[in-house]
Amino acid sequence: MRRLLFQRVTRRVLTETAPSADDEALKELAARVNAAARQRLGRSLAIREVDAGSCNGCELEIHALSNAFYDLERFGLSFVASPRHADVLMVTGPVTKNMHEALERTYNATPDPKWVVAVGNCAFDGGMFAGSYAVAGGVSAVIPVDLHIRGCPPNPMALLSGLLALLESPSASPK
Amino acid sequence: MLGALIAKGQRVADHQPWPRAIVTADVWRDAVGGLADGALSLFGLWGDEGTVHLCLLDESADPNAIGVLSLPCPDGVFPSVGVSHPPAIRLERTIFDLFGLVPSDAPDARPWLDHGRWGESHHGDGARAPYRFLPVDGEDLHQIPVGPVHAGIIEPGHFRFTASGETVARLEQRLGYVHKGIESLMTGASLERAATLACHTSGDSAVAYGIAFARAVEAALGITPPPRAVYLRALMAELERIANHLGDFGAICNDASFTILHAHCGVLRERTLRAASAAFGHRLMMDCIAPGGVAADIRADGSEAVRAAAGEIRRLLPALTEIYDNTASLQNRTLTTGVLQPALARRFAAGGFIGRASGRNFDTRRNLAYPPYDALSFAVPVVEPGDVDARVDIRVREIEQSLSLVDQLLANLPGGQFRANVPLRGGEGMALAEGFRGDVLVWVRLGTDGTIARCHLRDPSWFQWPLLEAVVESNIIADFPLCNKSFNCSYSGHDL
Repeated sequence: MRRLLFQRVTRRVLTETAPSADDEALKELAARVNAAARQRLGRSLAIREVDAGSCNGCELEIHALSNAFYDLERFGLSFVASPRHADVLMVTGPVTKNMHEALERTYNATPDPKWVVAVGNCAFDGGMFAGSYAVAGGVSAVIPVDLHIRGCPPNPMALLSGLLALLESPSASPK
Repeated sequence: MLGALIAKGQRVADHQPWPRAIVTADVWRDAVGGLADGALSLFGLWGDEGTVHLCLLDESADPNAIGVLSLPCPDGVFPSVGVSHPPAIRLERTIFDLFGLVPSDAPDARPWLDHGRWGESHHGDGARAPYRFLPVDGEDLHQIPVGPVHAGIIEPGHFRFTASGETVARLEQRLGYVHKGIESLMTGASLERAATLACHTSGDSAVAYGIAFARAVEAALGITPPPRAVYLRALMAELERIANHLGDFGAICNDASFTILHAHCGVLRERTLRAASAAFGHRLMMDCIAPGGVAADIRADGSEAVRAAAGEIRRLLPALTEIYDNTASLQNRTLTTGVLQPALARRFAAGGFIGRASGRNFDTRRNLAYPPYDALSFAVPVVEPGDVDARVDIRVREIEQSLSLVDQLLANLPGGQFRANVPLRGGEGMALAEGFRGDVLVWVRLGTDGTIARCHLRDPSWFQWPLLEAVVESNIIADFPLCNKSFNCSYSGHDL
């Protein structure tokens, strides 16, 4: 194990340079998120991930955010185990009818102020599963959404630039 | 035994490549007897309009044989399989939930996927009633409800633990939270849309589902994909297997709070996904497989990217397994934890690393070999202990085998077309593909216009989830995450 640890000293750091905040995301947030909440939550956000019916593809890429290449925690963003500790709910999947209540209860268990980020095409509008008897629709059909990150699934860089928009101050929003 | 059962029924003419026969209730009962005494293995059980289908695997035949028995149920009732063969119980509950067909004498009539939220239910008002968990009696027992929203970044499901102090007396699962109605969305869908839905049945097995669906359609239509496509599919399948096994290896160690292996496995997994993206244009290779072949040829620098990633994994993996093997605190957590008895693995026909870590020597790439695996050389690692450590061990050995397969596939990649023409006509077909988790089964009936009349997708998790309940018994609660991660069953693939 010592050898492996020493190698890290001589090798190049794997972590990618941070992408810039996504313009579309900044626009969506500027319209939705109020400055007071932004000030209270500050630049360190605790994220609670909720799978409301996804195929698990989005979860795999959200997991990747924590690997050495993307290293989400360097931005002050971290995943937490309970909605009670969270500032941000990150929701994936078309919301299935069987998850409808659980998502609502998770939302209600998250203290205010809070933001909701819907990840993936399914979370946007139900995606390819829209119209099924078992699907309620996109996340906004059940709880208010502040930011959508599209993709099937969005790759880690797309997730990162969407999330970084949450950290931008309102004055930095596009004119 | 399977051949005799099929012979007693009325053969369906256009079902490919394995036989399907319409049988009477008596033959059905004989088949259930065969399952109960271990002569046959349950491979699938699903509903249709007024019919139930039972897919059987005969492992005593050489090569292994598969067949489907179909029982028409004009009065909506069929003899229960689960009453004498428990692996069928959840499948039967699903058949009632989705089709309203009643398994007579079934041991468990509770709803399974139906949580009473769909607006209509075969259970009537009963589906909305609080779910009745199995009673557990005894002194000093307490219950711990977990989920559906879990603490980690994982899929939703509910686990009801009954514990005596730290020790688990019983775990009961309740699944169905991510039921999206995939099979109903497929009915009437074009081949293209159905292939996309199949790829998104379980996101970590997009390739396995893609292959199984495409091969089932090709069997139904009697067409053969070009050799180049067959090799490219296998290349994707092995990359998917490597990426998932690496992820699991790291995540299991992480659940024992041993994060260094998680970090290093995460790097290797990322390299694999980047190579997949460079070669096929999508990190998880979703929608890269289509009936008739593959959606697009491998990109110009794709082979080089895959070779580079494979070389990196081959170079670094031994150091990681060495740390795993020589860290006593980690071994203390994984050895003798969550033991799956070989007899139980056999009874449930547990596929994938779960079966192979408990002595079940079965891999569809070999036992029911499909191209190109019949022309490639690889070993199927099998060990006996059945604990968390054994399931890690099998994963590592399978990564090594997959790396060798990647080499062989790239070295012998045939030239020519990557997609054959797909005619629009009717037919019935079924196919299997060995995903990282085990055997994915897809059964499809095409209408005469080439759209989907009925498609059934059976995830290997159906036969693995119940075993997780069995292995955590008598383990401590704190070891449940390790047991669970070492199984890594699919929620979405199971809930459909």
